[in-house]
Amino acid sequence: MQRTVDIQLLRSRIERVSLRAFLYIVVAVGGVMFAIPFVWMVRTSVMPMWQIYVFPPQWIPAELVFDNFRIPGLPFERWFLNSTVIVLLNIVRAVTASSIVAFAFARVRFPGREALFLVVLATMMLPSQVTTIPTYLLFSRLGWLDTYLPLFLRASIADPFHVFLLRQFFRTLPRELDDAARIDGCGLFGIFWRIALPQSLPALGVVSIFEFTYNWNNFYLPLIYLNSVNKFPVALGLRLMQGQYRTNMGSMMAAALMAVAPILVIFFLAQRYFVQGIVITGIKG
Amino acid sequence: MTAFVHRIARQERVLSPWLREALFGYLCLVPWIVGFLVFTAGPMFASLGFSLFRTDFLNTARFIGLKWYEDILFTDRLATKALVNTAYYAFAMVPLSTALALGIAVLLNQGIKFQGLWRTIYYLPSVVSGVAVSLLWRWLYQPEMGLINSLLANVGIKGPRWIYSETWAMPSLIIMALWGSGGAMLIFLAGLRGIPTSLYEAAEMDGAGPFRSFWNITLPMLTPTILFNMVMSTIGSFQVFTQAFVLTEGGPNNATLTMVLYIYRKAFEQMYFGYGSALAWALFIVVLVFSILALRSSRLWVFYAGE
Repeated sequence: MQRTVDIQLLRSRIERVSLRAFLYIVVAVGGVMFAIPFVWMVRTSVMPMWQIYVFPPQWIPAELVFDNFRIPGLPFERWFLNSTVIVLLNIVRAVTASSIVAFAFARVRFPGREALFLVVLATMMLPSQVTTIPTYLLFSRLGWLDTYLPLFLRASIADPFHVFLLRQFFRTLPRELDDAARIDGCGLFGIFWRIALPQSLPALGVVSIFEFTYNWNNFYLPLIYLNSVNKFPVALGLRLMQGQYRTNMGSMMAAALMAVAPILVIFFLAQRYFVQGIVITGIKG
Repeated sequence: MTAFVHRIARQERVLSPWLREALFGYLCLVPWIVGFLVFTAGPMFASLGFSLFRTDFLNTARFIGLKWYEDILFTDRLATKALVNTAYYAFAMVPLSTALALGIAVLLNQGIKFQGLWRTIYYLPSVVSGVAVSLLWRWLYQPEMGLINSLLANVGIKGPRWIYSETWAMPSLIIMALWGSGGAMLIFLAGLRGIPTSLYEAAEMDGAGPFRSFWNITLPMLTPTILFNMVMSTIGSFQVFTQAFVLTEGGPNNATLTMVLYIYRKAFEQMYFGYGSALAWALFIVVLVFSILALRSSRLWVFYAGE
């Protein structure tokens, strides 16, 4: 009797261990597949030209070459500066506009609030193509083509997605502080400025991160609105470079690596905000 | 700003507190209302109007009714192709990306060691989307010296010509996009954490194995998250542009010409703003229909634990 129980126990133990081993193998193989494109990008960017095209491919560079990161004839530094300016302006716009709008939806009572908020939610689902052409014509009439204004005054000044996210956050703040502030003679704006905002730095961080990645990666709007090479952001510059360096994979990958580097750095510094932002939008949606 | 608000508040001291609060609320909404009217609602109706006109250049507009929509449906074979391609992409992407994201999330949720590290690896590609990623994948897909075909050759498979093949160009786009499914995975991970462990304990007491509890607990409890991810992925997939523009340039032989790419060519390369607007509205209607279908069908398969 004792023996059969032992064997049964042993069998379920083996099953368990082999299932776990299988789990780790699947996760590791998948992880390698997800990581390999990055590794390939880095290895191509630091390899001497002759070694890049050797077949079968070699992973370890014979010597580290950084010449690829110099890109003659194209104002790469300028593009970086442009992208930075576009990103920073948009973060300032997003944080100020979305937070005051979200505060009104979360904490201020006025007729039509719920109906208007439904409109905000509806615009989240609107494909931007139905607004792009008239907006383009409007900006061209105003003489704003080839300026950053169209990239700054995007579809809605207060992005509905951010309004939604910040509203959810403001609603979780305890109301007792509001009441205390009211008794102390603080107006609604005071409550927003002195109480709600200082407590919402994590949520504002999430909005800033979203704006950062969106504007850094954004390609469509600069493509439509900008003509001067000197005004290009990095994303548009990369596309221009593709035409000239089509066959030089070392330089292409070095440029691509430089283009994603700021995002990678921000990601590793502020991973918490990335994860939080995604989770807030998903769970409460 | 503060002084301005204070002045208004002082002037309104004669008003009832309720009215003051309401006025303050509307004042706060000004940025959104302006943005909504000038950059969303206005252009939306304007483009609906444009779509009824023939406009070669800005100054010569002629009313033609629904002619453009007729063209999209029956005459313009490129428009049909763009619609079919976009549908192909969306119908592959929505289920595949949802299944992949869910699969990874479930694996990572099994109390695995170094969960944070794995999560970062799987999530990172979705952060760096855009032109740089498309350029990287152009190189990976390169038929003779690219990594993918080299690896396939190692195991004795002669890889296809990927982005240069009419058959494989669209799958190339899809595979690259699947690489960026990390955002949905994070949402699933958060959803998995929200499932009470007591449910699993009860199931184990009843003798349910891991696959049974996945089918009978995890999946039903996650259906609201699945719906959310599917709707977001539907909206995103129908608007795919940058990947098709940079990775395959719509080719070969228009095999990856998507709706937004076609709208871009018609409106911003050839300056047919009327026809471009009609295409945009056609796309909008398709997206709307599928989003509504997903939400409607959700009554049949989405399970809300709170109800």
